[in-house]
Amino acid sequence: MSPYEILRFAMRGLLANKLRSALTTLGILIGVAAVIMLVAVGEGSSRSIQQNIQRLGANTLTISPSFAGGGRGGMGGPQQAGPRTQARELTLADARALTDRSLAPSVRSVSPVVNGTAPAVTYAGASHTAGQLVGTYPSYFEATNKPVARGTYFFDDDVLAARKVVVIGQTVAGELFGARDPVGEQVSVAGVPFTVVGVLKEAGSTGGQDADDVVIAPLPAVQQSLTGFGPLDSIVVQASGAAATEAAQAEVTAVLNQRHGVAAGGAADYRILNQATLQETVSEATGTFTVLLAAVAAISLLVGGIGITNIMLVTVTERTREIGIRKAIGAPRGAILGQFLLEATLLSLAGGLSGVLVAYVGTRFAIAGIQPVLVPSSVALALGVSAGIGLFFGGYPANRAAKLRPIQALRHE
Amino acid sequence: MTAPVLSVRRLVKEYGEGDAKVRALRGVDLDVERGDYVAVMGASGSGKSTLMNILGCLDVPTSGRYLIDGADVGELDEHRLAVLRNRRVGFVFQSFNLIPRMSALANVELPLAYGGIGRAERRSRALAALERVGLADRVHHEPNQLSGGQQQRVAVARALVTAPALLLADEPTGNLDTASTRDVLRVLDELSVSGRTIVLITHENDVAAHAKRVIRLVDGEIVEDRRQAPVDGPPPRPAEAAA
Ligand SMILES: Nc1ncnc2c1ncn2[C@@H]1O[C@H](COP(=O)(O)OP(=O)(O)OP(=O)(O)O)[C@@H](O)[C@H]1O
Ligand SMILES: [Mg+2]
Repeated sequence: MSPYEILRFAMRGLLANKLRSALTTLGILIGVAAVIMLVAVGEGSSRSIQQNIQRLGANTLTISPSFAGGGRGGMGGPQQAGPRTQARELTLADARALTDRSLAPSVRSVSPVVNGTAPAVTYAGASHTAGQLVGTYPSYFEATNKPVARGTYFFDDDVLAARKVVVIGQTVAGELFGARDPVGEQVSVAGVPFTVVGVLKEAGSTGGQDADDVVIAPLPAVQQSLTGFGPLDSIVVQASGAAATEAAQAEVTAVLNQRHGVAAGGAADYRILNQATLQETVSEATGTFTVLLAAVAAISLLVGGIGITNIMLVTVTERTREIGIRKAIGAPRGAILGQFLLEATLLSLAGGLSGVLVAYVGTRFAIAGIQPVLVPSSVALALGVSAGIGLFFGGYPANRAAKLRPIQALRHE
Repeated sequence: MTAPVLSVRRLVKEYGEGDAKVRALRGVDLDVERGDYVAVMGASGSGKSTLMNILGCLDVPTSGRYLIDGADVGELDEHRLAVLRNRRVGFVFQSFNLIPRMSALANVELPLAYGGIGRAERRSRALAALERVGLADRVHHEPNQLSGGQQQRVAVARALVTAPALLLADEPTGNLDTASTRDVLRVLDELSVSGRTIVLITHENDVAAHAKRVIRLVDGEIVEDRRQAPVDGPPPRPAEAAA
């Protein structure tokens, strides 16, 4: 018997039982689609988290004061943490020291930052309490990856002259101006008039915090009129490249230790947050998340597989009599086995491929705000496992039945 | 003197174990010459179907030897057995055994397909076989759309479509009315005339009257072996069938 002939027999066998064939196909379809979709959602969410981190700024170190375990002011008590006399605040002088090319060659830019909390911003009667007020230098925009969508940044001139100009985020612009262009308009920030020079590009929210609900102005202007000339809240340092962040961190540590009188091995009175390190940590966490989803997917594949197994076993058992008839009229075992294997293959293939198709269409849509990302290996795995299960559990009992004497198969109930 | 087509020696078939053991055949010796036409008779449960299944290579005996054309069936491998069932033996079951949800034509084509015969020839031979049993107008019906007698005739057509040298039929007329019975018997008589060897089981004396030789089984043993006509002559057609 030619393979083509066996294929025709298999097709006829499937069409003789349309409903059962359709249900088997559906079972495989759901199993395969579920695996691919779940893995795609896992991958999509881990990518979106990584993108959010990257959006915080590339190659940056954020230095902030740290008083943990330190004897700050009158908070005496026993100190386990090294020989430190007194914790110092971060100052503008610290920031300037970091710009020293010879001491810190891996540093590209240094932006001192002061934060004012939740200032009320008003314009022509409309009022909005901004989530964040930042007073800083122009290099901050590049270091923290905040491009402007309309207007411009402020410049070094504006900083030197302590001009009251401001760049606002999309949320603030929307609240105060609606669809109008805010550039050139005068707003009042906590009662002080500022001129809007630019609007930031939309950044989206990061971990529940609206990154667009922000007001950024030159450092001296903010200090003069809003926060006073106190210490800095943080210093944002941009390294000269992705590979230089480690070096930059070492240089910054050296400079600050020296300026703050921190002995080697002693507890520092500042903290350096390295974006690269953060990214690694988070991608480890999201990796775990993806593995978790893959486990859920594997279970659904297993359940689907048991369904396929069940239908295949029932199908073959039910058709043992038919196998007996075929044997009695002289069908060789190979032809019978070939037909049943081919039937199983066609079902697995039809179910598997339509499962991939459904999953492909499904991953075009965002699920719960996450854009799923198709992972090719999950497609291969899902297809492979479902086809394997279909073939094994279609083939094994068929082989067993084909081995029986014709009369045994014919008498089978 | 050529070797008999079928040769059976001390054939024993037991079913079950211990207390439930049934001895369906208790040492049957039988030779069937080429061209013979044998009717096997006997009460229900006397072991007729059991013997027939072994002759058709569908079952294996508990002990004893079975030769087809001098070849020991017990020593054939799986593949040779399949070829034997396909080319040499046509089998008509007591309970039809057509494949459900396949048309009469497809059922009759099936042995030819397994025999590796091309589609066009398969179709014309299957149609001819169905016409021969008087079912030319039912070729596209499925088994559940056919009466018992019609299903039996499809089964006969399937058995003779490969033109086997040996035709085994387990009560081929058991479910047929007199008209259909006559059709089937005419086909068998024609096959016998053309030199084929036929063994059939029947309860009816009218049917047995067509055979050249009648064997009677009682409790798994041959108690009577009567020749009605010579092996190389035509079957003894009774007047009412010829009319
Ligand atoms: N698969 C089996 N398992 C156990 N006993 C069986 C089996 N097949 C047949 N028998 C027994 O063997 C004996 C012979 O059965 P067989 O089918 O050969 O009878 P038969 O002569 O064909 O009867 P009938 O005329 O009713 O068809 C019976 O007693 C039956 O119960
Ligand atoms: Mg019987």
